[in-house]
Amino acid sequence: MHDSDCGRIFALLSEYLDQELAPPQCVELEEHLRGCPECIEFVRSLKRSVKLCRQFGDCRPVHLPDADAMSRIRQAYQKMLARRGGARA
Amino acid sequence: MCGHREDAEEVAQETLLKVFERIDQLRDPSRLKAWVFRIAKNECYMKRRKSLFAPSAELSLEDLKPARSADGNSLGIEIADWTALPDELLLDAELQEVVTRSIRQLPDTYRSVVLLRDVEGLTTEETADVLEISTDTVKTRLHRGRLALRHSLDGYLRTTKAGGLGDA
Repeated sequence: MHDSDCGRIFALLSEYLDQELAPPQCVELEEHLRGCPECIEFVRSLKRSVKLCRQFGDCRPVHLPDADAMSRIRQAYQKMLARRGGARA
Repeated sequence: MCGHREDAEEVAQETLLKVFERIDQLRDPSRLKAWVFRIAKNECYMKRRKSLFAPSAELSLEDLKPARSADGNSLGIEIADWTALPDELLLDAELQEVVTRSIRQLPDTYRSVVLLRDVEGLTTEETADVLEISTDTVKTRLHRGRLALRHSLDGYLRTTKAGGLGDA
């Protein structure tokens, strides 16, 4: 497989993984992948990187605001409810 | 996006307050998520006193390609053994730290897109809406950001047993 082929599909890999690639480009890319184990390996590693980001997002610890901040947030929330209740009345 | 957890927590609080104060300004409820994230982004930039238009480092596509093999005819095989990572691997503390550091090291413009798309799970359109850029720009920055992350994680895998290369 020639470098120019690999290079051309290299720019399209994220759109391919996100299923946002136009059908003709998708066909071309998959044809290339069928004959290029190195690109397949690269796509797998890129896909794994994206998955790690998603897992990272899911496992972040949640820190609740302190009592003072919670009080301000509650007040703002209550004001919003009162405003919207008043608007509907 | 803020760079520091303490700043991020303050930004989250200020964002909630502004959401409650300004909810009546939201015209299209289907855009709630993007609207909230846009408020958070603006708060974050204000916190950092940084302009939305401040220059950010550029990532070159060419620099993010894996090293070529010796014959120069292919993308190359200088890729760590990613199969050593089980597909459903839970992030242990070390790997979580590596991912955190890799994301943090991305230039601002790429980091914000990666965070919104791959960490927060926003769509391309929602991300474009939040960051006030075109969808094509989102796609370009996302791809380069992902490649930079992959490069960084690949380097980690090469130097650990998880990559299978530490035993070599």
